[in-house]
Amino acid sequence: MNVASELSLLQQTVLIAAALVLFLSFVLLAQPRLLAAIRAFAWQGGLLALITGLVATVNAEAHLFVSALLTLALKAILIPWMLHRLTRRLELERHLEAVKHAAFVQIVAVALVLFSYWLVLPIIQQDLGFTRNIVAVSLAVVLLGLWVMITRQQAVFQVLGFMSIENGLFLAAVSATEGMPLVVELGIAFDVLVAMVLFGVFFLRIHNSIDSLDVDRLNRLHERLEDSR
Amino acid sequence: MSSFAWLTICLQALIYVSLAPLLTGWIRKAKARLQNRRGPSVFQPYRDLRKLLAKDVHVAHTASPLFRVAPYIVFVSTWLAAITVPILVVELPTAAVADLIVLVGLLALGRFFLALAGMDVGTAFGGMGASREMLISALAEPAMLMAVFTLAMQAHSTNLSTIVTHQIELGLSLKPSLMFALAALSLVAIAETGRIPVDNPATHLELTMVHEAMLLEYTGRHLALMEWAAQVKLMLYGALIVAIFFPWGMTEIVDVDGVMIALLATLGKLALLGAVLAGAETVLAKARLFRVPALLNFALLLGLLGLLSHVILEIGT
Repeated sequence: MNVASELSLLQQTVLIAAALVLFLSFVLLAQPRLLAAIRAFAWQGGLLALITGLVATVNAEAHLFVSALLTLALKAILIPWMLHRLTRRLELERHLEAVKHAAFVQIVAVALVLFSYWLVLPIIQQDLGFTRNIVAVSLAVVLLGLWVMITRQQAVFQVLGFMSIENGLFLAAVSATEGMPLVVELGIAFDVLVAMVLFGVFFLRIHNSIDSLDVDRLNRLHERLEDSR
Repeated sequence: MSSFAWLTICLQALIYVSLAPLLTGWIRKAKARLQNRRGPSVFQPYRDLRKLLAKDVHVAHTASPLFRVAPYIVFVSTWLAAITVPILVVELPTAAVADLIVLVGLLALGRFFLALAGMDVGTAFGGMGASREMLISALAEPAMLMAVFTLAMQAHSTNLSTIVTHQIELGLSLKPSLMFALAALSLVAIAETGRIPVDNPATHLELTMVHEAMLLEYTGRHLALMEWAAQVKLMLYGALIVAIFFPWGMTEIVDVDGVMIALLATLGKLALLGAVLAGAETVLAKARLFRVPALLNFALLLGLLGLLSHVILEIGT
């Protein structure tokens, strides 16, 4: 039967935010505009921070507040800002990438969500508190991030997929346990930041050498004449 | 069920046909004010209907009898569909006879005959409008059914009265599945009633019209019935959204006071919804026809997400 009616309003907000995180993963999958996709990613980070903050309030965990603030600063503000600056520098603001086989991509994505739900069912049997249902969402966000990286050709979209995988792992940590230890979290946050800087350098290198960020064109060793537009 | 309940059904049926033009007029007025125009009076649709009903009917030489019958079928099927959506009283005997899936079926019946009538005369525009209408409805129906299933899973019934009762008992609660279902149903409603991102109700510009293209050959009372049916359909979708997602004020006990309060509440909510629609139509531009499948695909995705988030997030095992 429904448990949502017995949850407090705060807990219901957490569930809503989790559903929106999942929805934003679908947006990342289908959004043809680069800047809008970056914005969706920023919102995902913001919602993640909201979830962490609310879980911290409900469970009265002080250190989760710190990681909520960290998530907000890093994933909702800093990384999107860096990506935004990069796209402006590479003059990709108006870049449109039509998703090939959009309906197929969407169906597979829905199947991935179902698969992750099926996979997580035994974990839900354990009594984990009100966030146990979010574990399936977090696994789905991880798988959808992988799917974004598979289906998108453009490097910036792939980085967004990669970062949303990290979002999913973080959500899993918050919902299944009471968050990771603060040291581990700081380390991961630092790693993500370094990864972002490295990605930026790679973007510039790829852009300089093949004059595009379409990674499908990296498959060929030689640039044929008709390809060098 | 008492005879009083059947009386409220008759009352409700009358409310649908008598107030649907007012809702359309109100939306037009609100839209005009938002665009800094004065706009026609809110009673203009009534005047249009009266004028059309008084005029002679002219039927093309190439038209078959179906062309003459279609307006009556479209109007009656839409009206019947409307009667199953509660606007005053929760416990409707008609809702027990016809559930949400029958509602979708009745609307499909009306649309089928509308498209047939569009093709019947054999003009290019009629056929074009019919083919577009079928494209839109074929994509909108799965999305609508997904939203319906999301609601049905919550209430364990496809009976609209049961669903509304369930929603009232639930009180104020935030549910991700309801949020997605509302978004999906709103998109479907916009597509099905031919509002702005999908079809422009105010234009006869030949390249963009869908609904109007099918009605081009109609005159007199036939045209009046067709337009009236479209207005009832708009009110039906509004009442459906209001009844399912914002059911406060509707009475469970059938008495005169309760019905009056419910009537005022429903009219207020519908007026608010109409104003929101007018605002949205002012902000948005009409989408290209080939973008419409993407929009409805998105509606289907929202419906699916509603279903999934109900299963994943709201059912505790």
